[in-house]
Amino acid sequence: MSAVGESSRRLLKATEQTSGKLRKATTSRGATIAAFIIAAIWTIPTFGLFVSSFRQADDIKTTGWWTALANPSFTLDNYAQAFTSGDSLPLSKAFLNSLVITIPAAIVPIILASLAAYAFAWINFKGRNTLFVMVFALQIVPIQMALVPLLQLFSDGVKIGGLYILPGLGVNGLDGAYAKVWIAHTIFALPLAIFMLHNFISEIPEEVIEAARVDGAGHGKIFAQIVLPLSMPAIASFGIFQFLWVWNDLLVATVFTSGAGLPITKALQDLSGTYGQSWELLTAGAFISMIIPLVVFFALQRYFVRGLLAGATKG
Amino acid sequence: MSEFFQWLAGVPPLGQIPIVLLAFAVLIAVILAFVEVATKRGRAFNIVRLLAAVLVPVIILLALGLYNSVMWVAGIAAVAGAILFYFDRRSRDGAGSLLQLSGFLAPAMALLAIGLIYPTIRTAMSAFMANDGSGFVGLANFAWVFTSPDGLTALLNTLVWVLVAPIVSTIVGLAYAVFIDKSRGEKFFKLLVFMPMAISFVGASIIFKFFYDTRQGEQIGVLNAIITAFGAKPVDWLGLEPWNTLFLVIILIWTQSGFAMVILSAAIKGVPAEQLEAAALDGASPWQRFTNVTLPGIRSSVIVVLTTISIASLKVYDIVSSMTGGRSDTTVLAFEMVRQFQLGARTGYSSALAVILFILVLPIIIYNVRQHKKQRSIR
Repeated sequence: MSAVGESSRRLLKATEQTSGKLRKATTSRGATIAAFIIAAIWTIPTFGLFVSSFRQADDIKTTGWWTALANPSFTLDNYAQAFTSGDSLPLSKAFLNSLVITIPAAIVPIILASLAAYAFAWINFKGRNTLFVMVFALQIVPIQMALVPLLQLFSDGVKIGGLYILPGLGVNGLDGAYAKVWIAHTIFALPLAIFMLHNFISEIPEEVIEAARVDGAGHGKIFAQIVLPLSMPAIASFGIFQFLWVWNDLLVATVFTSGAGLPITKALQDLSGTYGQSWELLTAGAFISMIIPLVVFFALQRYFVRGLLAGATKG
Repeated sequence: MSEFFQWLAGVPPLGQIPIVLLAFAVLIAVILAFVEVATKRGRAFNIVRLLAAVLVPVIILLALGLYNSVMWVAGIAAVAGAILFYFDRRSRDGAGSLLQLSGFLAPAMALLAIGLIYPTIRTAMSAFMANDGSGFVGLANFAWVFTSPDGLTALLNTLVWVLVAPIVSTIVGLAYAVFIDKSRGEKFFKLLVFMPMAISFVGASIIFKFFYDTRQGEQIGVLNAIITAFGAKPVDWLGLEPWNTLFLVIILIWTQSGFAMVILSAAIKGVPAEQLEAAALDGASPWQRFTNVTLPGIRSSVIVVLTTISIASLKVYDIVSSMTGGRSDTTVLAFEMVRQFQLGARTGYSSALAVILFILVLPIIIYNVRQHKKQRSIR
């Protein structure tokens, strides 16, 4: 290649780059506008409720929340009232219950699922695909149909002809017991958790696993020291979703917890039931229930930014 | 184990969290320590394997509280363990491989068997039984679903949910993820669309009841305020058949787009920057770069998102229950199922609806499995 050819090619490349940059600039302007529109549509309903939660009860019922932006008159009464209202189950106690239910119910299924996902991804065994498909298929079991048999199992166990196959948990009527709701949430989370973690764990480069194996590591070591750390982005992102699902769940908690152990969603529903259309309590209560999920999202967001796949290949 | 949980119930609520997590961590550490040495050769490891195979089932049974019943149950467990040990020694992949596999799979599989498979079998059986469980009725319950107004409406509405919600949520989530990728304030923009995910369906229903609200005089709902500003009459959105189902679907889309966006945004960041730069140098337009480089790169994540939201749409219950209670022809399979159960315990109808849910999800599963296999064969 001559020097002239070389320099002309370099010039061509440079012009291409500038035109590419220009094109990118114009599209990103359009994209920014589109992003603004989506963000606005997605935010306005929540914002309306948020503004309403600080308005006087009578104002909420008679005028639109946007009128408060023109002539503001705000109060914290709704929040004070919402925190203490509820005869048997104050919102503050329900908030605590939600924490106790959610933290173990988010961590336990993820660890159990990552163990299973590792086996499906990196241990060869007969019937692996069939078993994996079966686990995946379990996602569709509507939990409503599993609730009643599972509840009976927790309280009475399984008996065949007077002989216990499985005993009950023996925590019925114990106010401080969360065992049933932890186990139920763990079970219902497993199929999706195994599926999602398997997608991630199976994409860890084979060379990484193979190198550890050559160094004499067994499956236990490979799992604990290589797969688990490499999977942290996937575990963090699934952990956040599981946390939110459990925190926001109403049905499972209602069935598997007793009166004093009910979570905040149930307290919120009671508010809307016993107090009818008291928008001022509902709006404030809804925001009290959102505080923790938002904190969790903020705390773990860096895992998303780091990227699910980038973490595995570069780690 | 029941003693442990009974004792735990006496601990103050916040104190229960570390105790339960510590107990769980110890359990996992024991399992991992065992699987690490499970396939090692030598006499000592043979003894470890034998002890694990025979003692672990017995210990689990004792921990569950079975010592109250006859001891020979524990004997059966020990024999079962011994048989497992025998097959493990002779297994194709060498001694210990079967026990090792059990260490990884058994905890999750046992929980699934107890908590999902066993109840599902009971449900599938009662789909062919009379509503009071008295006798076999063949396909009568399914005939009811396809002929009664409630059953048919539930079926058609569920199809609308599962066709609209996953596709729209994924498109919105993907578009948004692409638009804000690497932009200034990306974190903030993500939070705006993710926020609905942090809200329970109870909360989301409160928000949208407010949004769709209709009343005499001045409107407090945004939607009616907008159309009355243009001179139209306020609309009872939730009573407007057949469109009201779509207004409910919007709530699910509103919550699920954040999920799609977060997963797909992470996947987009995993697409190698060099490939995108190379495509740009070759003169590919942004749209071409997106369809030819980004989209194939995030294909598996898109499938995960579509599948997850499809299944969520099939199972949707809370939204219908708290928005309309199934009135004005908005019922769906999962809601109708619970309603039929609560209406005088019609377990036959209710179970038949559940079985139809299974049948509806089959195509989704088969597609997913095919994708999964294709990926494996490429690798």
